[in-house]
Amino acid sequence: MSWLTHTSAGYSVLLALLFAVAAGLVGSFGLMKRMLLAGDVISHVALPGLGLAFLLKINPLIGAATTLFLGTLLIWHLQKKTGLATENIIGVVFAASLGIGAAVTPNDDIIEALFGKNLAISLFGFLLGTLAAGFIIAAIWNLRDRLVLTLFSPDLAAVTGVNVSRVNLYFLLLFSLTILVGLRFMGSLLTGSLIILPAAIGRRLTNKMSHFLIASCLASTLSVGAGFLLNTTLVSQIWSRTLYRHGCSLIICDQPV
Amino acid sequence: MKTILSVQHLTVNLDGHSIIPDLCFELHGQDMLAIIGPNGSGKTVLLRTLLNLLPYQGKIEWVEGTRIGYVPQRVAADRQLPLSVRDLLNAKAHFLKLSQTDTERIVSLTSLTPELLNANIGVLSGGQFQKILIALALLGQPNVILFDEPTASLDELTEERVYELLHRLKEEHGIAVILVSHDLSIVYRNATAVLCIGKNGACFGSPKEVLTPEALEALYSAPPKYYQHLREHHGL
Repeated sequence: MSWLTHTSAGYSVLLALLFAVAAGLVGSFGLMKRMLLAGDVISHVALPGLGLAFLLKINPLIGAATTLFLGTLLIWHLQKKTGLATENIIGVVFAASLGIGAAVTPNDDIIEALFGKNLAISLFGFLLGTLAAGFIIAAIWNLRDRLVLTLFSPDLAAVTGVNVSRVNLYFLLLFSLTILVGLRFMGSLLTGSLIILPAAIGRRLTNKMSHFLIASCLASTLSVGAGFLLNTTLVSQIWSRTLYRHGCSLIICDQPV
Repeated sequence: MKTILSVQHLTVNLDGHSIIPDLCFELHGQDMLAIIGPNGSGKTVLLRTLLNLLPYQGKIEWVEGTRIGYVPQRVAADRQLPLSVRDLLNAKAHFLKLSQTDTERIVSLTSLTPELLNANIGVLSGGQFQKILIALALLGQPNVILFDEPTASLDELTEERVYELLHRLKEEHGIAVILVSHDLSIVYRNATAVLCIGKNGACFGSPKEVLTPEALEALYSAPPKYYQHLREHHGL
């Protein structure tokens, strides 16, 4: 029994560390696209799905995945249709999602929805999570040149042959998939934080693209590692996660540019 | 010479306003076509339409195999991006699957120094930024380059160098150029064809045909100030 618990905890830690790399990469490009706040906000698009899943007694991740996917497509479609900045559209979808989520989520489950829950992870769950995190890392790596060109100038990217609209959609979907994988461990609030804070730390430390990506991934991995350590040794789950947010914020404020 | 671009009855309307009404012209290989006209006449809109960045009616036909480079008037890039000039050039080179040699060739052609290559795009001056845009446009061996007022923010010396480079691209590399410019002396010296766009319609022809005092006065609604003699003395 003890061996099984240890194996399961090992899976959780390994998967969380791999996810941290994915979140660091996605967060880095999110920061450059000025979508960092969207990380926190998009994660709330999962709330209505989580709430409904709790109500209907089905796997919360299925509910979260459904509303995240639909929300992402809605954001992309509205952005294309209206020409407004992504953050404006995300703000609108966020407000609606949070309202619906708060209304439908049972009181007993709200903490789990917001902060996540440390569940024992099966080998299948571990493999699925690893596949998803690995896919996010590979996809972002594959998209990186197109993302850089689009970030610099959508017009120049389009003239070069980049399908800008498709790149934006792929990135939004990867962004949402990252949040979905993160929801398994951290809940909607902390998943958003893991996308935002390491990227912001990385940006404070360097001016070069490759260094920035590495710094963000490192900050993300160290945060998750430290979080696990705090969680299992010193303080309660919610306090360790609150400390994570405030600790990272202090690093961002203290570091020179 | 081979026609590489044919524009037939091109009409562009934006937000219910007619910007370009019924325009026809052609571009041949190694041409340098200058687009002139007063502010707000639709020169930039025309370039962006030719690049398929704006909706239009009519026909725009680029010959098959055309590779286009574009140097916009300005790029509203976020200067806070953690992006060096080298990062930017590499991103385009990787996307187009170009070799390191291709990139080095452009770096050499545009005289980009190692310091400039390692600089963050946020610290570049207007002239340096323009140089980077030109280098970026040249990556991928384009056979047509569209320049939208390439020297608008440059000092006289840098401006002269840009036009020298344009001339070299045309003569040595056989690249056709479409150039938007307000400088009629430059247009007279360098262009092989001129397209004028104004409120009273459009005209198209050789510089000698189009850049007459009467035509320019009608185009700008003011007497022209340009110097034809420069062609004889400083012809590039």
